[in-house]
Amino acid sequence: MSILAQATEVVVDKATAQAIAGATNAGMAYGLAAIGPGIGIGYLVGQSVQAMARQPEAAGMVRTTMFLGIAFTEALALIGFVVFILLKFV
Amino acid sequence: MGALITSTARVEGPAPEAVIARDIIKRAAYVTPAFLLVAGLIWGMNGAFSAAYGLAIVVSNFALAAALLTWSANISAGLMMGAALFGYLIRLALIFTAIWLVRDAAWVVMLPLGLTIIIAHLGLLFWEMKFISASLAFPALKPSAVSKESSAQ
Repeated sequence: MSILAQATEVVVDKATAQAIAGATNAGMAYGLAAIGPGIGIGYLVGQSVQAMARQPEAAGMVRTTMFLGIAFTEALALIGFVVFILLKFV
Repeated sequence: MGALITSTARVEGPAPEAVIARDIIKRAAYVTPAFLLVAGLIWGMNGAFSAAYGLAIVVSNFALAAALLTWSANISAGLMMGAALFGYLIRLALIFTAIWLVRDAAWVVMLPLGLTIIIAHLGLLFWEMKFISASLAFPALKPSAVSKESSAQ
């Protein structure tokens, strides 16, 4: 294990290792943050379409709340994205 | 069979997304000076430019989302589902590209840009939601063309 650690130290200097770790963490933050909202939006829109099919006269209200719901769910992904750009570029 | 009918049926009625997006853009125009002022005071001129760019991204995102949903709902409910999901991915990719293109520009400061995106997105949404909740809960209080005409007389 120590031989492996020494070999790693020789090949990759500290700055490069930090850059690799930063990029990996940033990518993970962005990718993971996009999964949850994706599931949420899929569920939300699916239920909304079902509601519109069951009660077409309420379609306007359902679409209004659906649009707001999508935007709120998307805010989670945006927060993950901003964390990504701050980790990557700042 | 029921699911098939559901997914291929056109969503009838007016498109509230366009109205909401227009409302949000109008509200964004009201708060833009405040964002620019705060970012300018803390991060200087470049901070104000970055905040303006962030606001432009947020507003474009809302407008694009509304346009996609309105267009797809006119065709079919199934397409609207697809447009909502793939639109989400496409819009995230567009936001990423918009920031990637300017990442090395001299006028870009990432912190105010990122903060503006989050605060403007959530703030405008809560503001709009407050208005819509009141309209749905108390429809009589909702401003309409008829009430405006009657009050003008």
